Amino acid sequence: MILWKGRTMDSNTLQQANPNVAPKVKKDRGYKQPWTLHLMVLPAVLLVLVFAYLPMTGLVMAFQDYKAGLGISGSPWVGLKHFRYMFENEYFLQITWNTLFFACSKIVMNLIIPFLFALLLNEVRNMGLKRSIQTLVYLPHFLSWVTLSGILIDVLAQTGIVNQFLNSVFGIKPIFFLGDGSWFRFTIISSDVWKEFGFNTIIILAALSGINPAMYEAAEVDGASRLKQTMHITIPSLIPMLIVVATLALGNVLNANFDQVFNLYSPLIYQQGDIIDTFVYREGLLSGQFSFATAVGFFKSMISLILIVISYRLAYKFAGYRIF
Amino acid sequence: MYHKTIPYRIFSIINNTALLIISIVCLLPLLHLLMVSLSSSAPANAGMVTFWPIGFTFEAYAKTFENANFLSSLWVSVQRTVIGTALAMIVNAVAAYALSKDSRIFRARNVYLWFFVVTMLFSGGLIPSYILILKLGLMNTLMALILPVMVSVYNIILLLNFFRTVPKELEEAAFIDGAGHLRSFIQIYLPVSMPAIATISLFTMVMHWNAYFDGLIYIKESMNLPLASFLQTIIVQADMTKFDPQMVANMSQRTIRASQIFIGALPILIVYPFLQRYFVKGIVIGAVKE
Repeated sequence: MILWKGRTMDSNTLQQANPNVAPKVKKDRGYKQPWTLHLMVLPAVLLVLVFAYLPMTGLVMAFQDYKAGLGISGSPWVGLKHFRYMFENEYFLQITWNTLFFACSKIVMNLIIPFLFALLLNEVRNMGLKRSIQTLVYLPHFLSWVTLSGILIDVLAQTGIVNQFLNSVFGIKPIFFLGDGSWFRFTIISSDVWKEFGFNTIIILAALSGINPAMYEAAEVDGASRLKQTMHITIPSLIPMLIVVATLALGNVLNANFDQVFNLYSPLIYQQGDIIDTFVYREGLLSGQFSFATAVGFFKSMISLILIVISYRLAYKFAGYRIF
Repeated sequence: MYHKTIPYRIFSIINNTALLIISIVCLLPLLHLLMVSLSSSAPANAGMVTFWPIGFTFEAYAKTFENANFLSSLWVSVQRTVIGTALAMIVNAVAAYALSKDSRIFRARNVYLWFFVVTMLFSGGLIPSYILILKLGLMNTLMALILPVMVSVYNIILLLNFFRTVPKELEEAAFIDGAGHLRSFIQIYLPVSMPAIATISLFTMVMHWNAYFDGLIYIKESMNLPLASFLQTIIVQADMTKFDPQMVANMSQRTIRASQIFIGALPILIVYPFLQRYFVKGIVIGAVKE
């Protein structure tokens, strides 16, 4: 409470200097105004209450046969009907598998490729070149999937430049990158890597710059080659961070990236390309199966929630990771 | 010194060249489409354009800007980006200030924090959110694109972590001089946190500019569609049924499609150098915790 002492001393000296002036009795407002703080959080609280918590109550629709005319209070209750239908539906199993396949492949590729790229980029000693390469590879991260899909649809078309190139150099017949199931999967994963690897590379580069240079100096003195330094200093130093990133990614195994798939898929390849989120959108908003779509979405959110909680627990346990 | 050995020098040359080639290849698709948009339509349709325009012309851009639908979408996007970002920054920064206070001073802090964090972990999902917007009567309004995304818990956490690095002595001095929290926020925290605020504003703007899905489901009137949703409908879905057939007659031409893609991405390309500069800083902001 040094503050208080400071304050009273100040007032006292003022009083002594001019006894006719009454000391201003100001409360220590900074510490005695929690209501201002409450007021400051209020707008955000209200918005979150309305736009995040209110929709959560709408999840009861998953246990009803929701009719727009009757509303949530008037629609009949049907228990677990939609969930039963969901699990008996073979198509649902297919899209769950597609979702897992996309999400897991992306998680793995988006760890390995940026990791290798960062290790190689770290060896570039010319700072100008290093920065130019970074600038070029981050760029797609900031462009939206609408822009990138517009580009990909044109570039990967049967008469597009990629097929032209493959044909003239390798003599390959035009490939249906977006119209053939297996190629579609390949396109989804590789275009995701294209968009994101630059971004992930800097995160790893940031970790690389945090490695204590004394370790390299010591290795140098002992005559270790650069390859040895990489194998025995750089990579082991990055492992804890990679474990955290991989653990946290566990919460994302049902997130196959709606924006990307939605902007690239077509009815032709639903079998190999449809994912849970796009299915929820079509069933719910296009076919009007509000309750069924809500049930599918609810199922996905629940599983994701459980996985996120587990992954954060693990990350905290292994690496002491916290978000705030 | 390892980097003076001959094998490392050879490796270095190969490595530098390979990385440079990879990074250029990453941008080739964008470059190709840019060249298509600058070519005249006959060679573009015949697939003759590669990485240099054939029959250089700005005609595609001129035609795009003649389209009333495109222009009104552009205006909607500008509005949602400016208003949406301004409101979001005020609400998030003010909340982050309060939540950056120690729980000894602001006892409810942890309760609020969990109240926000829960929404990061779990959400009602698409259908209930859609029905909410419908029930609130926000369909076809700009607010349907701004209000639901206004609070970003992630940004609040970034900001509050940044505010916590501001030396306590600064605000203590202000409190002694009789300032309240609002004053300490505006006159002390805001000025010293400008880099963080600027970074997060920029990211919020990019988010708003790129957002297309909310426009797709909440806006039924074709003239009120934000640009990203307009482009998604016309280029990705190739669905012209929503629009006046006369207006979109030539919108499916290859050069015009390409020019629309580039005009849509232009603001992002312009702010990109700034984004990139703050980028690493942004990550650093997030990393600072006590």
